[in-house]
Amino acid sequence: MYSLVALGFVLIYKASGVFNFAQGAMVFFAALTFVSLVERGVNFWLALLITLAVMVVLGMAIEKVVLRPLVNQPPITLFMATIGLTFVLEGLSQLAWGSQPHGLDLGIKDVPMEWLAQSTGMFISQFDLFASGIAAVLVASLALFFQYTRIGRALRAVADDHQAAQAVGIPLKNIWAIVWAVAGFVALVAGLMWGARNGVQYALTFIALKALPVLILGGFDSVLGAIVGGLIIGASEKLAEVYIGPMVGGGIESWFAYVIALLFLLVRPQGLFGEKIIDRV
Amino acid sequence: MLYREAGQFKSTYAEDQQIFPIRQDRVAVALLLAVAFVAVPLFANQYWLSAILIPFLIFSLAALGLNILTGYAGQLSLGTAAFMAVGAFMAYNFVLRMPWLGVIPSFILAGLCAAGVGIVFGLPSLRIKGFYLAVATLACQFFVLWAIQRWGWITNNSPSGVIAAQKVEILGYVFDTPQRKYLLTLSIVAVLALLAKNLMRSETGRAFMAVRDMDVAASVIGIPMMKTKLLAFAISSFYCGVAGALYAYTYLGTVEPEAFTLDLSFRILFMIIIGGVGSILGSFLGAGFIILLPIFLSILFGALSHATGMQIPHSVISNLELIIFGGLIIFFLIVEPHGLARQWQIAKEKLRLWPFPH
Amino acid sequence: MNRTTLAITLAAAVGFSGGAFAQAKEQFVPANFYWVGPYAPGGSGIAGGMIDYFKMINARDGGVNGVKFTWEKCETEYNNARGVECYERSKKHPPTGATLIHPLSTGITYSLIEKGTADKIPIVSVGYGRTDAADGRVFPYIFPMITTYWSQNTAKIKFMGMKAGGMDKLKGKKIVNLYHDSAYGKETIPVLDAQAKIYGFQVTHLAVPHPGNEQQAQWLQIRQIRPDWVILRGWGVMNPTALKSAQRAGYPREQIIGVWWSGAEEDVIPAGDAAKGYIAAGFNVSGSNYAVVKDIEKHVYAKGNGEMNDKSRVGSIYYNRGVVFGIVTVEAVRKAQERYGKGKSMTGEQVRWGLENLDLNEGYLKKLGATGFMQPLKLSCMDHEGGGQVKFQQWDGTKWNVITDWIASDQSLVRPMIEASAAQYAKEKGITLRDCSKEK
Repeated sequence: MYSLVALGFVLIYKASGVFNFAQGAMVFFAALTFVSLVERGVNFWLALLITLAVMVVLGMAIEKVVLRPLVNQPPITLFMATIGLTFVLEGLSQLAWGSQPHGLDLGIKDVPMEWLAQSTGMFISQFDLFASGIAAVLVASLALFFQYTRIGRALRAVADDHQAAQAVGIPLKNIWAIVWAVAGFVALVAGLMWGARNGVQYALTFIALKALPVLILGGFDSVLGAIVGGLIIGASEKLAEVYIGPMVGGGIESWFAYVIALLFLLVRPQGLFGEKIIDRV
Repeated sequence: MLYREAGQFKSTYAEDQQIFPIRQDRVAVALLLAVAFVAVPLFANQYWLSAILIPFLIFSLAALGLNILTGYAGQLSLGTAAFMAVGAFMAYNFVLRMPWLGVIPSFILAGLCAAGVGIVFGLPSLRIKGFYLAVATLACQFFVLWAIQRWGWITNNSPSGVIAAQKVEILGYVFDTPQRKYLLTLSIVAVLALLAKNLMRSETGRAFMAVRDMDVAASVIGIPMMKTKLLAFAISSFYCGVAGALYAYTYLGTVEPEAFTLDLSFRILFMIIIGGVGSILGSFLGAGFIILLPIFLSILFGALSHATGMQIPHSVISNLELIIFGGLIIFFLIVEPHGLARQWQIAKEKLRLWPFPH
Repeated sequence: MNRTTLAITLAAAVGFSGGAFAQAKEQFVPANFYWVGPYAPGGSGIAGGMIDYFKMINARDGGVNGVKFTWEKCETEYNNARGVECYERSKKHPPTGATLIHPLSTGITYSLIEKGTADKIPIVSVGYGRTDAADGRVFPYIFPMITTYWSQNTAKIKFMGMKAGGMDKLKGKKIVNLYHDSAYGKETIPVLDAQAKIYGFQVTHLAVPHPGNEQQAQWLQIRQIRPDWVILRGWGVMNPTALKSAQRAGYPREQIIGVWWSGAEEDVIPAGDAAKGYIAAGFNVSGSNYAVVKDIEKHVYAKGNGEMNDKSRVGSIYYNRGVVFGIVTVEAVRKAQERYGKGKSMTGEQVRWGLENLDLNEGYLKKLGATGFMQPLKLSCMDHEGGGQVKFQQWDGTKWNVITDWIASDQSLVRPMIEASAAQYAKEKGITLRDCSKEK
C-alpha cells in the first residue's frame, strides 16, 4: 500500500529530479473527485475515466505552471514549490467538493478470509490481495514501460542528464508533461485503494509523510527500492509497535519508520537501491 | 540623495568593521529599535501586541534560527518545531524545578538543551545531505514530540500533556501585561538578532557559507566539517529553543506538544523562503508576511462581503486562503527566489543612485 | 517597508469591519471555528448549527428581548496560535465585546483559560476542554458544560455494567482504551485507572498517533488481549479507520464504544459496512424531528438563509450539537438580561452570571422545543458542568438509533477528582478559591 504512493514519488524524482511533496494531495484530490462524481450519479467507469482525464490534465498543468519556470533551480527550491502546491491542491479539492468525508465501496470485501485465518492464523482480506495485485501490475507495467518503450528510454535519459538528453534531440517538455500525467494516474490508483480502505477524507494527504521513509530506505530513484522499502517499513513498524511499543508507552509508529530509515542512511547514504552518490569539487 | 555613503571615510579598522558600516543604516536601525521599544508599547492596542507583534517577534527568532542552519550553512531542516518544543518544555521544567534560577537563565538553559538535541540529530548530516537529511530531521520532529508526550517528567505528569507556563518575573518585576511581555520578547529577540548578525560576519559564519556553497571544497581548504556542521545545528537549535520558550511564556501561556507539529516547521520554512534565504533581515520580513497574510486575507474577504452585500460561504473563504497561501509561495519561488530581503537590497541600490540613476 | 504598508491596510480593514457593526441592541458572539483541514466536518457542522440557531432566534423572536445576535467567523484551523489570534481579534468587538467563546478545540481552550479569565470573557467548552475547570471556584470563567470527558467516561463504564448485568460483574473484565495521542485523548486515563481499581477490571491504554490513519498494530494488540470492550477516543479520520481495522481484525463492533467526538455520521459513513453495530455516547442526538430543528428549517432554510450548503446535514449529530451550543449561549444571555436589564447588550461578565445561574429543566426545554434533544441542565458557581449525562446510540448502517435513556455519570467519583486537580492548579498558579456562598 505504501509502495503505491511511494511509486508516484519515485516516478517523478527519476525523471525530473523533483521530490514531489504534493503527491499526497494529488491522491486526495483524485479520490475526492472520483467519489463525488460517483455520488452525483455518474456511472462508475465513466467517473473513473473523467477522474483520470482530470488527473492527467492536472499533472500536466502543474508541470507547466509550477515546474517549467523553475527548471535548473536547486532541488531544494523545487521541493519547497511542491509544498506550496500541496496547499493549493488541498484548498482546491475542498473548495470544489466540500470537506465532508465519503465512503468508497469498490465492491471488494475487506474482511479477513475465514479459511485462511483458521488454517494459518494469518489475517488477509480479499482487499489485501486485490491491492497487492494492483500494485504488482502497476509496477510491472511501469518497469516495462521504463525499460522497453521509446518514451521510457527517453525518460531515463532525461533523468540522467537533461541537458545531454536535450542535446540528442529528446523533446524535454513533452517528456516532463508525460511524467506528471503518469504521476496523476498513479495518484488516482493510490487514492482509490486508500479511499476504499479508510474512507475518502482529508487525512489521505498524510500518507505522503508515511511514504517518505519508504523512499529513503529504498532510494529515491529506484522502483524496486520503493517496493522493497515499503515491505520492510510496513512490517517492521507494525512489529515494533506490538513488541517494543508496550515497553515504552506505545505510539512509536509515528517515528519508528523514520528512525529505521535514518539508521540505515548512516550506513548507506544513498538508500538500498539508489545510485551511488559521488562527490566532486 | 538621502541614502548616500559619499563622504563617510573609515580611518580605523574598527570603523571599517562595524556591523552597519553605512551611517544611514545605523540611524535607521537605531530609529527602528527606538520605535519598537518606545512608540509601539505606547500606542499599539492589545490586539496588536498580543496577537500580532509578539508572535511576529517569536517566529522571526525561530526563522532566524532556521536561516542560520538552512540559509547560511545549507542544511535543510524540517525539525524546527521540534527544537522549539524542546525549548518550551525545558524552560517550563527549569522554572518549575529550579525556581531560584530566574527566568532568563532558564530560557538560556532551555535553548542549550535544544542545542544538545540539535547536535544529536545533526550527526547524520555528516554522512548524508540534501533530501535525505531533510527526512532525517523529520525523524527528529516526530521523535521529539513523541518523547515529550510519553515522558511524564517533562510535562510534570499532567494527564493531558498540556503545561501552563508560570509567571514571568525578573528581579521582582512581573511581566504580565501584553506591553511588558512584548518588551521582554523584543529585548531578547533584538539581542539575539544582533548576535546572529555579528556571528555571520565572523570566521564561523564564513565557514558556514563555505560549507553551504560546496562542502567538499570547504573541507579541502581546511574547514573542519564536523565542527562546522554541528555548530550550525547547535546555534540554530539554540535560537529555535529560545523562540519556543518565548512562545510558551510570552505568547500562548500554555503549550501542548501538538502545538509543535510539522505544520509549524513548514510555516517557518516558508518564512525564510519568502523573506530571503541567508539573510537576517529576511527572517523578519518573512515572519511578518506569513503571520499577517492569513489575517489580512480573512479581513479582506470580510470587508469584501460587507461592501458587496454578498454572502460568501465561509468554507469557500477558508479554502481560498489556503490556495492563495500556496500560490504565493510558488509565485515567490518562481519570481523572486531570494525573497523579500532581495527586494529590499535592490531598493537600497536604487536609493543609492537616486535621483541620478546614471 | 512592506510590513508597514501591510499594517496600514490591515488597520484600515479592521476599522472598516468594526464600524459596520456599531449599532446598539446587539449581542456579539464570535464564531471561531474551522472549515478546512482534517477536522473540518466537525467544525463546519457545529458552526452551521450554532449560527442557524442564532438566525432563527433573530428571525422568529427578534432576538432576546429585542437584542439581536451578531457573529463573525474566524478560521482557527484547529490550531492554537490561530485560535488565540481569532480570540484577540474578536474579544473587543462592539458593542460589548465577545459575549462568550466556544473555542471548539481542547488545545485552544487550554490556551484561553488565563486570557479569558483576565479579560472577563466566559470560555464555554461544551463536551471538551479542561475537565477540572468544572470547579467554578478555581475557574470562574471556564465552563466545560453539559458533560466533561471524565463524567462521560464513568457513564460508559456504567453502560458496560448494565450490559454485563450489574457493576459487580465488571470484575475481571478487560477493557482497552484506544485513544488519540493528544491532550484530548489522554484526558480520561486517570479516571479509567481509578475506576479499574474500584470495579476490578483490567484496562490497557493504547495510543494511536496523530492523525490515526494507521492502526493495524493497535488492533493486532487488541486481538491478543481479547478485551470485552474497546473504548474509542478518536477524532477525525481515526474513527472510521478504527472501525475498518476492527473489522479486519475480526473484532465485533458491538463491543466498541465511542466518545461523542467519535459518534457522528461523518465518523461512520466512510467506514461503510464496518460501522454497523458500533455504539457511541452522545450528549445530543441526531435527527431533525425536533421542534427546535423544525423551527430552524421554517424560519431560516425556507427563506434560503441557511448556513449549510448541503442541507442534508441539517439534523446530523454535529449540526445538532451546534444547535445545543446556540441554545446555551442564547439562554445564558436571556438569564443575564433578567438580572442586568432586559433589552440591553450583555457584557462577558454579566453573561458569566447568566451561565452560572442557567437552569434548563424539562419544562424549560419543552418551551424551547428541545425535549429529548438535550438533557436538563443546571449550573452553579460550584459546578460549571451541569448535566453530566449521556445517551448511547447505535449505528445501524444508515442512521443512529438511541438505545438508552440518559445515563447519569458517577459524580461521587468524578467530582473529588475534579476538585483535587483544580486545587493543584490553583496552588501552582497561586489562585485563591472563590467563595461560592458569597456569590449573589
